[in-house]
Amino acid sequence: MSERHDKESPSARITRWLVSGPPLLFLLLLVAIPGVIMVFASFRYPGEFGGLAPLVAADPQTLHGLTIETYRFFFGDFIYAEVFIKSFVMALATTLICLVMAYPLALLIARSSKQIRNLMMLLVILPFTSNFLIGIYAWMIILGPQAALNQTINVLLGVFGIAPVQLLFSPVAVMIAMVYVYLPFMVLPLYTNLEKHDPVLLDAAQDLGANAWQRFWRVTFPLSQPGIFAGSALVFIPAIGMFAVPELLGGTGDIMIGNLIKEQFLGTRDWPFGSTLAILLTLAVLLVVWIVARLSARGGRYA
Amino acid sequence: MALLELRNVTRRFGDFAAVDDVSLSIEAGEFFTLLGPSGSGKTTILRMIAGFEFPDAGQVLLDGKDLADIPAEKRPIHTVFQSYALFPHLTVAENISFPLRMAHREPADIRQHLKDALEQVHLDAKAGKFPHELSGGEKQRVALARALVNRPRLLLLDESLAALDAKLREEMQVELINLQREVGITFVFVTHAQAEALALSHRIAVINRGKVEQVDEPARLYGFPRNRFVADFIGQITMIPAQVEQVGHGHLHLKVDGLGEIVTPLQQGVAAGDRGVFAIRPEQVRIGVQAELAELKNHFSGEVLSLLYQGDVSVYRVGLTNGTMIEALLPNSAPGRAELFKVGAEIRVGWRHDAGVFLHE
Repeated sequence: MSERHDKESPSARITRWLVSGPPLLFLLLLVAIPGVIMVFASFRYPGEFGGLAPLVAADPQTLHGLTIETYRFFFGDFIYAEVFIKSFVMALATTLICLVMAYPLALLIARSSKQIRNLMMLLVILPFTSNFLIGIYAWMIILGPQAALNQTINVLLGVFGIAPVQLLFSPVAVMIAMVYVYLPFMVLPLYTNLEKHDPVLLDAAQDLGANAWQRFWRVTFPLSQPGIFAGSALVFIPAIGMFAVPELLGGTGDIMIGNLIKEQFLGTRDWPFGSTLAILLTLAVLLVVWIVARLSARGGRYA
Repeated sequence: MALLELRNVTRRFGDFAAVDDVSLSIEAGEFFTLLGPSGSGKTTILRMIAGFEFPDAGQVLLDGKDLADIPAEKRPIHTVFQSYALFPHLTVAENISFPLRMAHREPADIRQHLKDALEQVHLDAKAGKFPHELSGGEKQRVALARALVNRPRLLLLDESLAALDAKLREEMQVELINLQREVGITFVFVTHAQAEALALSHRIAVINRGKVEQVDEPARLYGFPRNRFVADFIGQITMIPAQVEQVGHGHLHLKVDGLGEIVTPLQQGVAAGDRGVFAIRPEQVRIGVQAELAELKNHFSGEVLSLLYQGDVSVYRVGLTNGTMIEALLPNSAPGRAELFKVGAEIRVGWRHDAGVFLHE
């Protein structure tokens, strides 16, 4: 490896820096440095009127310096862990529902003719053309108590003698909107994977005695594992930190970590605790990503 | 009864008849080859036997039973694909035992068959490897073992050696012949490489534009092509326009404009006055000075136009006095001597009276 670099010409070295430099700088300024600031902030005291307390204070009576108070606070009360677990469950449910819905769709698109394939992919990414908040507001109208959907459901429930329900401001509404937002992120990597499968492998499986069911579970499904893992990561990671959907469509009990963090910074103005929650969320996500990467490394051993 | 029979099978794609009224009969234990240029329909025939395509007309019969309603996965017929189509997520052992698992065989049974199959193709040491860790020849052997492991009635090979380099291909040809003899399973091989077809097959069907041109043993196909397509497609051949002058006892007397008479073996269905070509293989043509060739019935004057030195042999192109060009192949058996005759040399060419064949227009 080093040998190759030794032989590199000066112009090639400049090109390499020109190409990798801007994204590196971007990540350094907007991810690495803020990350360090967040870690640092999580070990400080909150300022009297928001922000952070000073590191050194002239008056020893005021709060100053470093502390692990926020972490003690987090682990001292189960209510925060509960929000974490609830967010985790919501994100996991979103991922699984997206997977179950996206897989047949991606398979259908991948096995369609070339022209139809492009049209269908266009339809899949069409929701991206409008702002997702507008979509969420649309769901508020669709799921609203006066809207046809909720009314119809309640009439049907009434037939069976079940009490009417409210869709809006419920976990169901949050779930529906989360799936709506993240479905394309599952379809895209799955389609990209399935489209690359060599159709001759299915011929070979059939030739060797596999029926349609066996061809799917023995060939298509195991070969699509990298796509499943990629899609799941793309849905799960942003979903666990989501705050706009539960804020707008969820009830008071449906808050997720994202809402909690947002509340610390903009509501109670407790920056250190907000930072702590953000750091713990990041660590939790990294843990999940690490586990998934390990699993997919085992599944994708042949790649 | 033949093991596999195709009766007037036709397969159309739109207006194009990829396979046009083909009838073939393949015997049990045979190494049968479908030989033809690309696009001739040979692969479509193979896919109909395998069950990936279905005939628009005609029947495919196995042991006298029509296969029309039997899907590919239910046919006792396995295929070795051109690209091998090994499952990349399965090891060599898992690939080979795949058909056994699909058939829900007992685990002990699977282990035994797998062990035998691995030994048969000398891959015992590679059982735990993945396809991407194998060489081309090893992949080929895994594909063969996988297709043979639960002993199909028929093994189809679709251009199976095409992806290998020349030297490896020759080795695999020998292995394939030995394997077929060992397992005794009927092989149907599809190729566009005529040399390969001649080397491997018991019988060859030459396919052109969806039709069968000729079905014969390799030596007969090479020696007695039925028409100009077969003659031209298999091996090298020189064709000289000629007319049948006289049908004699055991011989045909052909007249070639500006050259004279050629004597060639008697053939059925040829009458005096027929027009066509006289076709002769380069290795049947001899070159020499007058005295050496005097004993041959057919001999003519010519001039060496070009010489292609190929190591083991040299190919001479000789211009005859009437302007036709004839190819002659001479073995370079004398060490260090490549050029027996120089370009431009005046020489004599000749061939025996039982060489060559007359083909109708």
